Amino acid sequence: MTFLTVSKVHHTYFSSKTATEALQDINLSIDKGEFVSFIGPSGCGKTTLLSILAGLFRPTAGKVLIDNQDIHENADLSIGYMLQQDYLFPWKTIEENVTLGLKLLSKEKEAANELASKLLSDVGLPPVEKKYPRELSGGMRQRVALARTLAVDPKILLLDEPFSALDYQSKLKLEDLVHKLMKEYGKTAVLVTHDIGEAIAMSDRIFLFSARPGRLHQTFEVPEEVRSLTPFEARANPSYSTLFQTIWKELESLEHQQSS
Amino acid sequence: MNINSLHEQFKANLRKEKRWVRFYQILILVLFFVLWEVASSLRWIDQLIFSSPTKIGQLFVEKVADYSLLYHSSYTLFETVLGFILGTLVGTILAAILWWSPFLSKVLDPYLVVLNSMPKVALGPILIVALGPGMSSIITMGALISVIISTIVIYTAFRTVDSNYLKVLQTFNATRFQMFKEAILPASFPTIISTLKVNVGLAWVGVIVGEFLVSSQGLGYLIIYGFQVFNFNLVLLSLLVIAIFATIMYQLVELLERMLIKNE
Repeated sequence: MTFLTVSKVHHTYFSSKTATEALQDINLSIDKGEFVSFIGPSGCGKTTLLSILAGLFRPTAGKVLIDNQDIHENADLSIGYMLQQDYLFPWKTIEENVTLGLKLLSKEKEAANELASKLLSDVGLPPVEKKYPRELSGGMRQRVALARTLAVDPKILLLDEPFSALDYQSKLKLEDLVHKLMKEYGKTAVLVTHDIGEAIAMSDRIFLFSARPGRLHQTFEVPEEVRSLTPFEARANPSYSTLFQTIWKELESLEHQQSS
Repeated sequence: MNINSLHEQFKANLRKEKRWVRFYQILILVLFFVLWEVASSLRWIDQLIFSSPTKIGQLFVEKVADYSLLYHSSYTLFETVLGFILGTLVGTILAAILWWSPFLSKVLDPYLVVLNSMPKVALGPILIVALGPGMSSIITMGALISVIISTIVIYTAFRTVDSNYLKVLQTFNATRFQMFKEAILPASFPTIISTLKVNVGLAWVGVIVGEFLVSSQGLGYLIIYGFQVFNFNLVLLSLLVIAIFATIMYQLVELLERMLIKNE
């Protein structure tokens, strides 16, 4: 069942001197509960596309539909968006940070706080509700950011390289956690990454973009035997390596085309 | 070697250093007054102009006894505090309006530059004629002197808040007012506090100049009066009182800073 449709999306950034075409004729669809990744060389517009999906700005042309509704016309559509850094508000406690979205939607405070405690334990944190972000490590803070994103019960999760600023161990742990939670909650998720391994280990499908202008180059299906594993285990599977090689070569050839 | 005893030793050293710093601070103060007194009584300096601590002390006792010092300083203090609060408050509100409408901020930009570079005290005569020679024109002067620079500094702080915080709020469908309340304003508290610190000094300038011009009450009036009758004891006494009040106001702002900014 198609959940999200991107049709004929073009996007151009304008400045007083230049007009830069970031995305050209993007068409894709994502099923409900699916986990997909966007990868590609820098300048391929993957983050631009993610921002458009998040409704942060409108594309120059084209449409994005979620459940057959234009995302820019549906005001109460909730979207979860995770950034490279946690962007927890340093003057708010962990509890206030997690319940921020609920507060803006004017949900009841007590219920929100209860949900916050539950989410914090779901993302594998000890009770740190009353602490401030500066008292937690980078990995813990990104977990809090995940809890904040999940608190509003978003229909879709958009992950903009959320693991890239973490140390390797925290990154692997967090990948497993996000993968597990997405399957448990049955959420649809889009991950932007430049790490081919991460894309294969976490997703069901991978969209490879080419750069300048950003175009959808190729789609890869992740084989069933890798999908059923956790991201950590997936990395040890033989099919993982095969797919890694294929995508690696494809990326190399893309970069060759560009430099020549 | 014991960690506890080393730690105790470290703390003892810290305390010792603190005591010495305090000692020298007090020493400078005492030396200053002693030197002043000696220089004045030995006529190294002109007694008529520079007075002496004992003379100022005598005048202080006299002026406290007839309540005139209390009367004049409470008048000035009230004006300064009000001018200071108004200047910062109006500055913050103007900054918020400029943040709200980027178009308006572009339109007003050259006017802010002009208003900021103009010496506000030069408006004094006009204010006094327009608002009457009383408290309201002096308070306006105290506020006016700090309002434009506060607007510019605070607006710059609003604009430099990391836009990723706004992205987070935007995905929660926050309104522009919610973005201001949840991210822009709290992120700018440190800047607002440092503006407050600058404004303490500015408000005193505005109010004292205002009192010079109106010349009916207040410490500024005492200074101008003392100058006209060549009573420099009075001038210096007023200056000392101003220095003490300005310091207390600054300390209060620092207290506010500690209360507001807990997360640093």
